[in-house]
Amino acid sequence: MSGAQPAPLLKLEGLTKHFAVQSGGFFRRHVTALRAVDGVDLEIQAGETLGLVGESGCGKSTLGRMIIRLIEPTAGSIVFDGVDITRLDMQALREHRRGMQIVFQDPFGALNPRMTVEDIIMEPLLIHGARHDDAARKRVDEMLGLVGLPLRARSRFPHEFSGGQRQRVGIARALVLNPRFLVCDEPVSALDVSVQAQIVNLLQDLQRDLGLTYLFIAHDLSVVKHISDRVAVMYLGRVVEIADKRAIYAAPRHPYTQALIAAVPVLKPRERGRGRRVRITGDIPSALNPPSGCRFHTRCPYVMPVCRTDEPKLAPTDAGHLVACHLMDNQESNKG
Amino acid sequence: MSLLEVRGLTTAFRTERGEINAVEDITFDIDEGEILGIVGESGSGKSVTALTIMGLLPQPPARVAAGSVRFRGETLTGMSEPRLERIRGSGISMVFQEPMTSLNPVFTIGEQIMETVRAHEKATPRELRDRAVEMLDKVGIPSAAKRLGDYPHQLSGGQRQRVMLAIALACRPKLLIADEPTTALDVTIQAQVLDLLMDLRDEFGMAVMIITHNMGVIAETADRVLVMYAGRIVEQAPVVRLFERPEHPYTRGLLECVPTLEQDTERLAAIPGSLPEPGRRPPGCRFAPRCRWRIDACRTGLPPLVEQEPGHASACIRAAEIAAQIGAA
Repeated sequence: MSGAQPAPLLKLEGLTKHFAVQSGGFFRRHVTALRAVDGVDLEIQAGETLGLVGESGCGKSTLGRMIIRLIEPTAGSIVFDGVDITRLDMQALREHRRGMQIVFQDPFGALNPRMTVEDIIMEPLLIHGARHDDAARKRVDEMLGLVGLPLRARSRFPHEFSGGQRQRVGIARALVLNPRFLVCDEPVSALDVSVQAQIVNLLQDLQRDLGLTYLFIAHDLSVVKHISDRVAVMYLGRVVEIADKRAIYAAPRHPYTQALIAAVPVLKPRERGRGRRVRITGDIPSALNPPSGCRFHTRCPYVMPVCRTDEPKLAPTDAGHLVACHLMDNQESNKG
Repeated sequence: MSLLEVRGLTTAFRTERGEINAVEDITFDIDEGEILGIVGESGSGKSVTALTIMGLLPQPPARVAAGSVRFRGETLTGMSEPRLERIRGSGISMVFQEPMTSLNPVFTIGEQIMETVRAHEKATPRELRDRAVEMLDKVGIPSAAKRLGDYPHQLSGGQRQRVMLAIALACRPKLLIADEPTTALDVTIQAQVLDLLMDLRDEFGMAVMIITHNMGVIAETADRVLVMYAGRIVEQAPVVRLFERPEHPYTRGLLECVPTLEQDTERLAAIPGSLPEPGRRPPGCRFAPRCRWRIDACRTGLPPLVEQEPGHASACIRAAEIAAQIGAA
């Protein structure tokens, strides 16, 4: 990192979440730690979009929720805008949380279906001490305009809208407090493909107009590549590679990233089967009992003895390109 | 004669707002060994088409309002349930998106494969067991003989979809209908299951009808493609032709609105508006309200599916004009 780099808006160090899981029979019950997120270091600069990809169970959603403290971390720290918010109490946290909000895949899963669109968008204002007055209503109007919904939408209910319109309401609610940072957790994966592009374009417009910073979490690599400046790849609770999006797609270094990219279907039937050479086999192991050493070693086509015993550290290969893989150690020693 | 012949199929559902056609005037063939892709978004009618072919829709509220389905020359529409039972499994079988809800949680996977075979063939217990092991082996379940006694909950999502394929293929069907078979799976597992599906097609020589919303899955698997929108076929073509020279504005839109790993685009070409709900479909061409090529005439009559080139048909009154403009550009 060069000295000229400004302080990041968000800095995560060793962020960890272990969930206690009960297992075993009635008489032999014991508690095991499910290591959902296991020591993640990340930095996000103001104004950038960091994409976070990985398959189900890799911990990407847990990480997103820990950042805005919907889930309490087991260990590690979250520094937002220079303030360590990891252990702030609820009252102190509330002030800081104005600056960070989340957009969910299904924004209405947790909301009362009898709330109107106005109630939904206004609720964060009221929680943060605003009064239900003309100023608040004017703010709702502004938000509807911002996300491209007609003003008459305010008195209607979420079930009256299509999926794409509902997600616009979810974005309006997330933005009503004027946050600087948004966690977007699979915001388009439940939408029909012809509607996804509208929401992706809207998020990009809002970022440009409002100077927002995004952590964009998704399993769809093509969408993540499109919207992100940098991309981080997670596997079983750990970040295995981070780089500029062009570098990570053009020259992925980690064998897992390579396999993930090769698995994406190509929209060119003439090139069918192109990715078959680099398929990985098997399933993702359980986070209850992750493999020793490198967690990917059970599926890695290039596995070496060291991979079974030593966990590789996330280390720079080129400028800004970090990889956690023992194959990189060899390259380093070959160079030296 | 094709393996499957669907002619003018219209399936209607009784609702509070009267009877609504979920699919309308669907006509297509599937040849032996062919992979037909059906692509569409929610409400397109792609799953209703599959369930009508299988005779799996509850009647009422569903009703085949017009048209017919013929399989190996036999008419399935209106066929008695016992005769349909015999065709399901041994002639046509189906796998669904969510394997956990299609597998029975209280039986082992071995029992579920053997049960399917027992329903269609005379076999000794020994032969049944051998067949179950063989099928699990074919779909890539490691140490198959030891896994016969596993229950569905002991398997991962990808393994469950493999077991569903083993059950579906146990009686060597001539046609496999796969409805969003990889939608619930992660991308590395999706790639494994699609490879497996192609390998099994080559080995068993069966035809496959693969239903998906994902153009990438179509590009990786299909020989020929139907594009459906709001209950109707809007375009059909051989796969390379569809991707390289799409004619219908909806097909073009679907191909242009998704980002790809190969290309950098500043801004996605979004299709405006949203999908019409069945029962609230616009008059005339159903895509017209979202179409940037629409003219007044699009709002009046339903555009017929017209073959522009042999094997390539589209339902757009401006198809030839659009193709010429795009070709000239």
